[in-house]
Amino acid sequence: MPATVITYIIRRLFAAVVLLFVVSAVTFAIFFLMPKLVGATPETLATRYVGRAATADTVRETAQRLGFYDPIYQQYWEWVKGIFAGADYSYGSGVEHCPAPCLGYSFRNHQPVWPDLLDRLPVTLSLAIGAAILWLLGGVAVGTISALRKGTIFDRAAMGVSLAGVSLPIFFTGLLSLSIFSYNLGWTAVGGSYTPFLDNPGEWAYDLLLPWITLALLFSAQYARLTRAGMLETMNEDFIRTARAKGLRERTVVVRHGLRGALTPILTIFGLDVGLLLGGAILTESAFSLQGLGKYAIDGITNYDLPKVMGVTILAAFFVVIANLVVDLLYAVVDPRVRAK
Amino acid sequence: MSQSSEDNLAAAAANRPAASGAPFLRVRELRVHFPTDDGVVKSVDNLSFSVDRGKTLGIVGESGSGKSVTSLSIMGLHKRGTAKITGEILLDGQDLVDLPPDQVRQLRGKRMAMIFQDPLSAMHPFYTVGNQIVEAYRVHNKVTKAVARKHAIDLLDRVGIPNPKSRVDDYPHQFSGGMRQRAMIAMALSCDPELLIADEPTTALDVTVQAQILDLIRDLQAEFNSAVIIITHDLGVVAELADDIMVMYAGRAVEYSTAADIFNSPQHPYTWGLLGSMPRLDRERTERLQPIKGTPPSLINVPEGCPFNPRCSYAGTNGDLSFTVRPEFRDIGGGHHIACHLPAEERQRIWDTEIRPKL
Amino acid sequence: MNSKRFITAVAAGAAVVMGLSACGGGSSSNGGGSGGSGGTNTPAFNAALNSVFNPSDKKGGTIRVANAGTWDSLDPGETYYGYSWNFIRLYTRSLVMFKPAAGNGSSELVPDLAESLGQPSDGGKTWTYKLRKGIKFEDGSAVTSKDVKYAVLRSTDKVTFPNGPAYFEGYLNLPAGYKGPFKTPDINTDSAIQTPDDQTIVFHLKQAFGGFDYFAQMPQTAPVPQAKDTGAKYKEHVVATGPYKFAKNEIDKGFTLVRNDQWDQSTDPNRKALPDEYDVSMNVNADDIDNRVINGDLDIDVTGTGVQPASLSRVLGDPALKANADNPSAARTWYTSINPTVPPLDNKACREAVEYATDRTAYQTAYGGAFSGGDIGTTLLPPQIPGATNFNLYPAGPDNKGDVDKAKQKLQECGQPNGFETNISYRAERPKEKAAAEALQQALQRAGIKLTLKAFPQGDYFSQFAGNPPYVKANKLGLVLNGWQADWPDGFGFLSQIVDSRVIRETGGSSNTSVRIPEVDKMLDDAIGETDKAKREADWGAIDKRVMEEAVVLPGVHAKALLVRPKKLTNVFVSQAFGQYDYLSLGVA
Ligand SMILES: Nc1ncnc2c1ncn2[C@@H]1O[C@H](COP(=O)(O)OP(=O)(O)O)[C@@H](O)[C@H]1O
Ligand code: SF4
Ligand SMILES: [Mg+2]
Repeated sequence: MPATVITYIIRRLFAAVVLLFVVSAVTFAIFFLMPKLVGATPETLATRYVGRAATADTVRETAQRLGFYDPIYQQYWEWVKGIFAGADYSYGSGVEHCPAPCLGYSFRNHQPVWPDLLDRLPVTLSLAIGAAILWLLGGVAVGTISALRKGTIFDRAAMGVSLAGVSLPIFFTGLLSLSIFSYNLGWTAVGGSYTPFLDNPGEWAYDLLLPWITLALLFSAQYARLTRAGMLETMNEDFIRTARAKGLRERTVVVRHGLRGALTPILTIFGLDVGLLLGGAILTESAFSLQGLGKYAIDGITNYDLPKVMGVTILAAFFVVIANLVVDLLYAVVDPRVRAK
Repeated sequence: MSQSSEDNLAAAAANRPAASGAPFLRVRELRVHFPTDDGVVKSVDNLSFSVDRGKTLGIVGESGSGKSVTSLSIMGLHKRGTAKITGEILLDGQDLVDLPPDQVRQLRGKRMAMIFQDPLSAMHPFYTVGNQIVEAYRVHNKVTKAVARKHAIDLLDRVGIPNPKSRVDDYPHQFSGGMRQRAMIAMALSCDPELLIADEPTTALDVTVQAQILDLIRDLQAEFNSAVIIITHDLGVVAELADDIMVMYAGRAVEYSTAADIFNSPQHPYTWGLLGSMPRLDRERTERLQPIKGTPPSLINVPEGCPFNPRCSYAGTNGDLSFTVRPEFRDIGGGHHIACHLPAEERQRIWDTEIRPKL
Repeated sequence: MNSKRFITAVAAGAAVVMGLSACGGGSSSNGGGSGGSGGTNTPAFNAALNSVFNPSDKKGGTIRVANAGTWDSLDPGETYYGYSWNFIRLYTRSLVMFKPAAGNGSSELVPDLAESLGQPSDGGKTWTYKLRKGIKFEDGSAVTSKDVKYAVLRSTDKVTFPNGPAYFEGYLNLPAGYKGPFKTPDINTDSAIQTPDDQTIVFHLKQAFGGFDYFAQMPQTAPVPQAKDTGAKYKEHVVATGPYKFAKNEIDKGFTLVRNDQWDQSTDPNRKALPDEYDVSMNVNADDIDNRVINGDLDIDVTGTGVQPASLSRVLGDPALKANADNPSAARTWYTSINPTVPPLDNKACREAVEYATDRTAYQTAYGGAFSGGDIGTTLLPPQIPGATNFNLYPAGPDNKGDVDKAKQKLQECGQPNGFETNISYRAERPKEKAAAEALQQALQRAGIKLTLKAFPQGDYFSQFAGNPPYVKANKLGLVLNGWQADWPDGFGFLSQIVDSRVIRETGGSSNTSVRIPEVDKMLDDAIGETDKAKREADWGAIDKRVMEEAVVLPGVHAKALLVRPKKLTNVFVSQAFGQYDYLSLGVA
């Protein structure tokens, strides 16, 4: 790898770190400043975490424990410090050290966030990657055939279905498919099933099959449309005519010359989609009761559990940034014209 | 157009001095029609010509006159279903019009090859130049990649690419325009085609590079002894290259003869116009013959009579004829064919007094 | 779950008021008569309401449990959800418990750790319990009264255990400045709890409290071994005293309970301990839970709050499914506060006009109708609370759609013959409250009372908006959508937080903003100290009536829930104490 590429990557990673700080600072600010606009005090914020029977004393002590009396920038600084230096946390009966990277403790159930994130990451990772492979293959195949058979019944049917696919809500399709395939037919695993890949790859795939398909359906619809449009454009390019003029078989022309050109822009979107999904497929995880990052984020948001929200936000932003970088690097691999720049 | 004119043309082609036996490519009564929502586009309408091995045919005409459609028909590159092709395209005696698509494919790149106008868009941006030549070679020759790569380097060397060993791994965007076209030529020549069609091979290039490319084509033709069709809208391009020249207008041939005839005694008013459009460095534009006014007709509604009549300065000199009767494409002697109602003396007079002096 | 947050207030004199809440148990069947014992195997709607469905003593099997959310805590010291109190009896034992029996028997208290119910002395200020012999923790060590004392004391540390109820710190005679065993380990607490020997525990209260056994049934009295207490982390490793212990516990994801071999059936007359295992998952999609329970792929929806709207019509519309459902009521009332601090509602006749003009049928429909919403209520107390009486001070016409003429008459009387304008608030996240607000808007319009709807976030609903008196007054929140559920089926639990004017805090946070009747405050104090059960219960009914006379509360519905009966389980019956299936007696068929 040439030195310029390495400096490029380093520059991008540095920018990514800055971005992560900005994102986390904004999340932090929203969490504290928004309530402030409607008149919240440290105590009213703390009432969210004290349970139903708290006395005014408890509320004050809780606000103290959670650091709500400190200025926001200092609270943020404490949080940032935890990432690099770790933090100490009192359980009442003792103090536990949370080693770096310490993303804090849940305001609500006292669990440290970082191990929770690591615990949930494989679920989200499995879901996103499996679905991504399915939708990429499915969407590209359907889109390609549609483009090559433009105007035929197949094309119209596929595009009609994909329009529906994009607009169907996943909690509807998810529950419906669970009802049909798990509860009526017994073909797939019930909601909430998950087996770690390393425990049993077969079970892992079996458990995730339905979530994969459901999530992939949603995306493959979009990818089919993109592929179709891309292929229609690419197959009209001069270099396709050249390929044919060489006497190449039509299949070679379509796959090696057509798809290769059409897929490049799709790669960008694919990278970003996967990056976003790695931060948690909220609706799919909810519909299938998968304990992934998305579900964790939702729990955090509905319970005002800032450290959880911060944790997922940081992780999700990290994935998006990395996905962006990977896409850009891949782009250079795929499109030699980009490399020159 | 009458049957007799066809016979005349065929006879003329057969009689030309260069001809030895049956011509390698013989096109007869080719019609390429595109049915569209607005009507049938008659892109090529009753076209006949032939090219021998070792000979070069120049097809000249303004943009939209059906040149590319003609060449793509020969190559079998029209999308199935969109073009209605009738007539005969005999390649070494085999009619390509009725041949199953896969057999035509096997001829493409091997016995007949084509180079295109814009070498940048005609090459795949994501594959190296060498890769694309290797691909062209290996589709028709069962050889290893290494052998094919060596062949590609040889070809690049042959078409005048310096440092072919390293340039073979460059991508098209790393080549200059002229080099790209050389690479395209190398790709086209990879399987020693017997017919090479060059569709506007120099149009997208700098003037200085144009001449080099044309020289290259000429040299290679001598070397490979292939039949060559050079398509251009600029007569100047084929001036020194072509043995025969066919001038096309609105999907038909309007004049067809040896290059010498076309330049020394052109007989069709449209050809005169084309000659007038040739850039010349030695004269002021103002004293020269003006290029043809107006634009080519719609190929859906070709004008009655002579298709050129809306733009022809002499359309009125033949009474109604130019507006009502389609001029026959006929031999006016020595295999020189034209389609114009002007009487022979009149044509000679106009050429001698009005046209030639201004060129 | 419904959340009501409030802050306890110190009342004048001795009384400390404590928080009660929406998430406790309390319920009843619709029938009177003592609980059906016996059993049935024939599926029918409400078959498990008053009798045991599928009685069996078969042991073994695994019961599959799901929770759409998460437990507030698995720690007996800080859990405050009704279903959790129902469920926790599987792995912990408190001094007293609700009887696991079908029908009305289930709201009776029976001793669990203790040999008998509490012995009051000193006019109800001292309560003594004697522990059964032979009870052990899961590690085999004996349970002593000190473990109970420690458990109660630690639960008062609300910074470490924020979620639990605060009755003990409110009522026990703890020394000033006591902050629990972690922060103030050296303070002597004998003034509050004494353990004269390993089997005896004596509670000393600041004030007489007749219903102390209700406190003693809380999981907070379940023993905790001090040596094993890890504070906020104890919920990860609760040391069991019940027939089951934790085999695996992943916070917020799920846990497994297996048999506790140190639990001795001979010390426990209440538990059957039939299945070998309980498999519990959390954060499961609520609609998916319904589908799986209906299909038999899951046994228990542990929150027991009823099926989701999507399943409701499906279950009610299919006779076969309906025959496998029960419709118990929860000790919960959905009501609207009428704030006398917002003119012209300071005039009683104006408030009465609101009562009369209300379309009670529409109110019921807004909450989901008779099956998932509940019965139309005309009293604050739900009928299953002992002492509740059925009365209707503001008849709403023959069709229950409101008496508009009477309302107009009342408006005349309060000097607003053309009606008036005011605001009605509801929690933005609750579509049912919005629907109810709209129903009220339409109904009151008929009498000329114009309501403007105001939505507020539920997290801050009481602390900043509808429970914040200055805000209520300044923003003219004349009507406030509200709701209440008792921690257990008892008038104290139901009323003390919503009709006592002394819980109202100017800084906000109380569910009560509208009931400010000094006479009611006094009636409450008298009832709380009353150790005679019958008298005490009669007092609750009287308070209800007195509040309704002031027209500061507009009752809506007494809530019910539609539960799907587990297909593959035995001994299924509704516990009235919790308003859901009793989780202690279930077995696998
Ligand atoms: N696939 C097609 N469908 C319809 N019309 C076409 C098609 N291809 C070419 N044409 C029309 O045929 C005419 C001749 O085009 P072409 O052969 O490309 O001209 P040129 O002489 O400039 O190469 C043009 O008017 C063009 O619009
Ligand atoms: S036939 Fe008439 S219009 Fe056509 S080229 Fe000749 S003179 Fe011009
Ligand atoms: Mg062209």
